[in-house]
Amino acid sequence: MKHAFYYKSKKVAINTLIHIFLLSVSVTCLYPLLWMIVSSLKTQDMIFKDISLIPHQFRLENYVLAWKEGGFGRNFFNSIIYTVSVVFGIVIISSMAAYAFSRLKFMGSKFLFIMFMAAMMIPIPGSFVALYVLLNKLHLRNTPIGYILCMINVGLSTSIFLLKTFFDKMPKELEDAARIDGCSKIGIWWHVALPLAKPVLAVVVVFNALAVWNEYILALIIFDNRQFMPLQVALQTFQGEFVTNYPLLMAGLTITALPIIIVYLLMQKYIVKGVTQGAVVG
Amino acid sequence: MKIRDAIENYTFVLPAVTIFSVFYIIPFIWVFQLGMFEWDGISFTRVFVGLQNFKEIFLQDSNWWQSMWNASYITLIALTFQNILAFMLALACDREIRMKNFYRVIFFIPPVLSEVVVGMAWRFIINDIDGANIINRMLIGMGFGNLAHNWLSDPNTALTTVALVHCWKGFGWGFLIFLAGLQTIPRELYEAARVDGASAWQSFKKITMPLMVPVMVLVAILTVLGTMQVFVLIVSLVGGEFAGHTSVPVLRILASMRGSSRFGYACAQGITFGMVLVAISFIQYRFSKKGH
Repeated sequence: MKHAFYYKSKKVAINTLIHIFLLSVSVTCLYPLLWMIVSSLKTQDMIFKDISLIPHQFRLENYVLAWKEGGFGRNFFNSIIYTVSVVFGIVIISSMAAYAFSRLKFMGSKFLFIMFMAAMMIPIPGSFVALYVLLNKLHLRNTPIGYILCMINVGLSTSIFLLKTFFDKMPKELEDAARIDGCSKIGIWWHVALPLAKPVLAVVVVFNALAVWNEYILALIIFDNRQFMPLQVALQTFQGEFVTNYPLLMAGLTITALPIIIVYLLMQKYIVKGVTQGAVVG
Repeated sequence: MKIRDAIENYTFVLPAVTIFSVFYIIPFIWVFQLGMFEWDGISFTRVFVGLQNFKEIFLQDSNWWQSMWNASYITLIALTFQNILAFMLALACDREIRMKNFYRVIFFIPPVLSEVVVGMAWRFIINDIDGANIINRMLIGMGFGNLAHNWLSDPNTALTTVALVHCWKGFGWGFLIFLAGLQTIPRELYEAARVDGASAWQSFKKITMPLMVPVMVLVAILTVLGTMQVFVLIVSLVGGEFAGHTSVPVLRILASMRGSSRFGYACAQGITFGMVLVAISFIQYRFSKKGH
């Protein structure tokens, strides 16, 4: 009896220590975010006087001010437009290519696929310089469409890889049946392959959406006009303009961070899957 | 019929290949081309200077090498502190423990946030504004008032502060990958070891560690590639267009392009940096093979 009690209390002690460790890291993770949200609800003169994490003030005016005067409404809308169109473009374009690489036979298919994969491996840190020059030449700089095309390109390789791996493992019977029924190749891709690929498509969608929403460098060099900028870049100009108005800045940060946190909490199953699969890519 | 078939097949890859050629391959080639010119990005004339830009990087550009050192320092802290923390957390979660999922969800919140948000939120917490710095307040409260100062503008602590915020943002990635790796280890191995009388430490050393080596190498490579190229976080955290004494290579490239309008030089810096990155990941990869 004593023996069993000893082991049990030892186990409880170890588990308590582990929980303390995990909890303290969790608190460190959450503290800055809570601080950010609580501060966004305060007035400028209260922000440093009252440092508790429980909000005593609810100044939603800060949000109204950031949204209207700070012009965040416009930038929020831009971010939504860019994210939706880039993700849509990537899903269509990369799933077509991945399907072709997996199922269709044509000359150079192996070479093209290897090219996409090589792009995933080779980092070119200065490429934004050349991209800037290129977009200038094509008269696409400072235009939303230029940014959207660039961002579609950024997500292509990884998405093609994920989808092709899935298509390779997918049984061919359904497609054969559709072909016998007289379905065209495009029809098979759209009606058979895509619906079956839903779980991977979810990973592709979530990851690219996160990447586009959080993207900074290309938006920085492509856009001169505040009216086209997505949130991340607008925040920087915003910080320059309202340098001392912390509640307003925190409201801006919360507006930028909240959609991503919500999407993450809803889709975290796919994110975990994507990280572990993406790790295999590397 | 055969030709129609081929055309149909090529239409599937045409959009991807077109976008890829225009927005990846052309810039890729241009980077190498521009690296040998002196050009301000606007005028019609470019001056061919051969390898002069590279010579300047290697022999004269002390700012560049300082930025390389800064990035390496941050990477070193990420490789050790961040990855050890991530591994310990993964080990703690890879057992029968309550609230496992809760922890997993929380730890991956910082990685999904943008670097701009993380940088600005932390700047607000640790930058010294009217003596409102929370960390300083805690230090004063605990009686270490003499340690309280502006962490980001003091050159002695700025880089370490940046590195720690970077670790805060990044450890969740390593944690998830480590956890996935740990979960692939068959439980029977541990049970067999326990039956044979192995202690927890022994089975950790003989089973967990050897099986986790490939995962560790992977995380190490991802950490190096990711951390060496960090810059948005630093700009948002430190402020100023090119982050002064906490500058990193990508910021130097950006500074050459936007600050001093030397497009050719910026490309040459990009090539140099890219080669360093490829070399590092190649060495790490080889090293891991030998270690086996």
